[in-house]
Amino acid sequence: MALPEGWELVCGLEVHCELRTATKLFCSCANEFGSEPNTNVCPVCLGLPGSLPVLNEQAVELAMRIGAALDCDILRSTFHRKNYFYPDMPKDYQISQYDEPINVLGHLDLPDGSTVGVERAHIEEDTGKSQHVGGSGRISDATHSLVDYNRAGVPLVEIVSGPDIRSADQARAYVAELRSIVVATGASDGKMEEGSMRVDANVSVRRVGDPHLGTRCEVKNLNSLRSLVRAIDHEASRQIAVLKDGGAIVLETRHWDEGAGRTRAGRRKEEADDYRYFPEPDLVPLDPSPEWIASVRAALPPLPAARRQTLAETIGVDETLEAVITAVGRDLDRFVLDAVAAGADGKVALSRAVNDIPVDGQVAVGAFAATVSMEAAGALTATQAKKVLEELAAAGGEGDPAAIAAGLGFQALGEDSLARAVDEVIAARPKDWADYVGGNDKVAGMFVGQVMKSTKGQADGKAVTRILNERRAAG
Amino acid sequence: MSAAASGARTASEVAAAVATGQVSAAAVLEEHLARIDATEAEIHAFNHVMVDEARATAQAVDEAVASGSDPGRLAGVTVALKDNMCTRGTPTTCSSRILVGWRPPYDATVVTRLAAAGAVVIGKTNLDEFAMGSSTENSAFGPSRNPHDPSKVPGGSSGGSAAAVAAGYAAVALGSDTGGSIRQPAALCGVVGVKPTYGGVSRYGLIAFASSLDQIGPFALTVEDAALILEVIGGHDPADSTSIDQPAPDLRGGLGRGVDGVRVGLVRELMGPGIAPDVAQRVTEAAEALEKEGARIEEVSLPSFTYGLSAYYLIAPAECSSNMARYDGVRYGLRAEAPGITEMYKATRAEGFGPEVKRRIMLGTYALSAGYYDAYYGKALKVRTLILSDFERAYADVDVLMSPTSPTVAFDLGAKTADPMTMYLNDVCTIPSNLAGHPAISVPFGGGEGGLPVGVQLLGPALSEPLLFQVAAAVERAATAVFEGRPL
Amino acid sequence: MGERLTREAVAHVAMLARLDVTDDELDLFTGQLAAVLEHAADVEALDLRGVPATTHPLPLVNVLRPDVVQPGLDRDEVLAMAPQAEGGRFRVPRILDEEA
Repeated sequence: MALPEGWELVCGLEVHCELRTATKLFCSCANEFGSEPNTNVCPVCLGLPGSLPVLNEQAVELAMRIGAALDCDILRSTFHRKNYFYPDMPKDYQISQYDEPINVLGHLDLPDGSTVGVERAHIEEDTGKSQHVGGSGRISDATHSLVDYNRAGVPLVEIVSGPDIRSADQARAYVAELRSIVVATGASDGKMEEGSMRVDANVSVRRVGDPHLGTRCEVKNLNSLRSLVRAIDHEASRQIAVLKDGGAIVLETRHWDEGAGRTRAGRRKEEADDYRYFPEPDLVPLDPSPEWIASVRAALPPLPAARRQTLAETIGVDETLEAVITAVGRDLDRFVLDAVAAGADGKVALSRAVNDIPVDGQVAVGAFAATVSMEAAGALTATQAKKVLEELAAAGGEGDPAAIAAGLGFQALGEDSLARAVDEVIAARPKDWADYVGGNDKVAGMFVGQVMKSTKGQADGKAVTRILNERRAAG
Repeated sequence: MSAAASGARTASEVAAAVATGQVSAAAVLEEHLARIDATEAEIHAFNHVMVDEARATAQAVDEAVASGSDPGRLAGVTVALKDNMCTRGTPTTCSSRILVGWRPPYDATVVTRLAAAGAVVIGKTNLDEFAMGSSTENSAFGPSRNPHDPSKVPGGSSGGSAAAVAAGYAAVALGSDTGGSIRQPAALCGVVGVKPTYGGVSRYGLIAFASSLDQIGPFALTVEDAALILEVIGGHDPADSTSIDQPAPDLRGGLGRGVDGVRVGLVRELMGPGIAPDVAQRVTEAAEALEKEGARIEEVSLPSFTYGLSAYYLIAPAECSSNMARYDGVRYGLRAEAPGITEMYKATRAEGFGPEVKRRIMLGTYALSAGYYDAYYGKALKVRTLILSDFERAYADVDVLMSPTSPTVAFDLGAKTADPMTMYLNDVCTIPSNLAGHPAISVPFGGGEGGLPVGVQLLGPALSEPLLFQVAAAVERAATAVFEGRPL
Repeated sequence: MGERLTREAVAHVAMLARLDVTDDELDLFTGQLAAVLEHAADVEALDLRGVPATTHPLPLVNVLRPDVVQPGLDRDEVLAMAPQAEGGRFRVPRILDEEA
């Protein structure tokens, strides 16, 4: 959604990813979603008096993978206590990282070619979960709350971007790209719906050309990519309206109300956020060895940006092409590259793979490549090739495309038969033909459709159009 | 009455006698229980005497001995535990209303290790609330009294543990030391008290006061007993990230070596005004006694010690303010009913915490709050570095340091409660070791004013316990030689 | 720095620490805390630029734990400690204005 003329969105995102470890960050309780309340707890994650944290090695590994994938510097880091009171906080402080985080100064290259800076990606522990009871179930009219500490202590990496995002769509692309990275590295499930990936947006606006940052609002409760886009658009509009009206933006947290389609101010607290950070005395510094860091970097799988580049270069298209982005997004790039290696035309293979293989089906690379080659050689029309792929998928993926095509009676019409079919349709519609000859190109579509009908789909639409043009030119 | 007068056995003696069947753990236990029955009503060393549990443990020990299996290095040794160490299923209150009735669902690591060694836990001892204080007068359950003179304080915060050993209620006790809370009561009660190197004993299950300063350590009648306890409870614990990655060292092997050639530094800043003359006199005598045994005594200056008290009273409350946050009425302990969560937090904590705890929480919160961190907490962390440097410089010239443990002998109950600052000054000799993470021992050395015990403090660099105990044993022998048979 | 600790500052700190204090306590604590801070003024006055902070007395690094599940606490034991429990969870009064 475009902003009013002369206004610019400035947006940064804070994304919390739950790490896919077997145990919690500081204790050996299971890191498991969906267990009965308060069954994955121990003295440490309950914060019982006398308990002490011990850092999970695998959480460090996964945090470094995220940092490496975002091209961060991976540093010696320390832990700090972030002090505040809330019932889902067993210790009423959260162990996090403050001024010495593990990953800093990275960036994320997006499919559209833009780059968003990543300021830091640090390790911290998750809180428990509160359920508000009574009233409508929303916090504002609840009578009491019930707390489950299963999630307390689950490892998180918080990824903080720079204020580099300039549109809601770019925000969406950033989160989608980030998700594919954390999933590809095995670090996280990245499921916004399940809460293993949570996004908060810092939104501000300014007039184009103004070098200063406007006052921002932090928008929370974004449970899907769609909410993210809607919320950013709404909040930006809201802020512009306020500023245009001569008002000022208040630095505050706002909650996205999906049903109402708007953000609402949270209750303002007089003392704001004095977290009184200080170094966590129960933990010692984390200083991963150069060998460990190197092995993490070396073991990274090919990342989406690199995969898009490889696919695009191999096929000879631009890496910002929608089909390229989609192919990598759906993990079809390897498949397309394999088909190309088996001799298939790249551009056709890409299009067919992304558009014409049923989502819940699959086609073996060999059969796919053969089908694409038949189409590229003109032995099948596009429509026919799609049908053959559909048949292959229904049969479980294997098959002989030529045999299937023959069985379906598919042969691309020879030039003579095609010209005869075109001439027959022209003769049947003299008025439309005069129209077309007179310069109305739109009528061509009707002629193509008629030829398709009379040839039972065996005509190649491009060839029909070519013949029509030839006839018209000839007079 | 003192333990020595009552004929209590040392832990080493008990363990040997029980393991060889000369005396039963049950009989030893009953002796202690009898002494408790006789005088505990006045001394109030305990929050909770674990009579049934202790009898069951003693019986198990005797059965092990009878069946020929190894009953453990501390077989039948009665141990009193400061009530800020988690004992599974047994009330652990930190002498605070906010934890009345709370029974931990787990044991502290030191408790597990004592049990594995055949020790008999006899009870949970009184302390200043959450270990904050120097006299046990901050206990929500009333103060403990000094067995040498019940009108005096036993010291604090581990006053109950010190009194328990001094009164013969237990052969040994465990306390915790954050700014002197083992050593100072040990000195005031005339027993041995040890704060190990930071990380030398696991803090898992020790209810935290100031996490970068707290350490668990033993009270005992003899240096040898203290060494034995530390050998059992010390050493690496994977459940404590700050525990030293080594097993507990041998501490008893060198006890008889003496001090020939050992260089001892008397800390100038801790021998001047602010130290009562009777105390200073005893420390001087102890130094002279060591010199006679071949030690080389010299005076050393550690100027940063002057700032130690201030740094401590910024760092400890800061960490404490965070450690105390969890007592919020949600998951355990006291809850004051209120319609909303904020009111509940505030009312629970107002009702549950005593004034000293509240003072330190607020002081610590202030020191950490926005705008003040650099000036207060941040600076205090730098003073810590200065103190470490002073120690390092001193230990280039001497092997151990020596000072009084406490500026005075035991004072009257009520004498120092009016002004918190007055009470804080009790810690001036002990605090530097906590800030540096270094070990220190208090060894009884005669008496001072009113015949009350005086303790001499020995300090050493990190992990120097073997040498420290060696020197402590020499001081102990000198004390026996000088004071045996004489009233304090 | 070096300003006298005010009653308002102490009241603010009490709020941060979620401590109810009566007016009398506020007066008493303000005086007592000011006295401690005055004593600490000697530290405050030091020029310690260039002196690094010591956050841990001993130079340990990289203390890590293997990612292996171990049994925790039994839920009944956990909830038995709770001042109020409901449906397997800890029950608390309504949360209106705390940090979320």
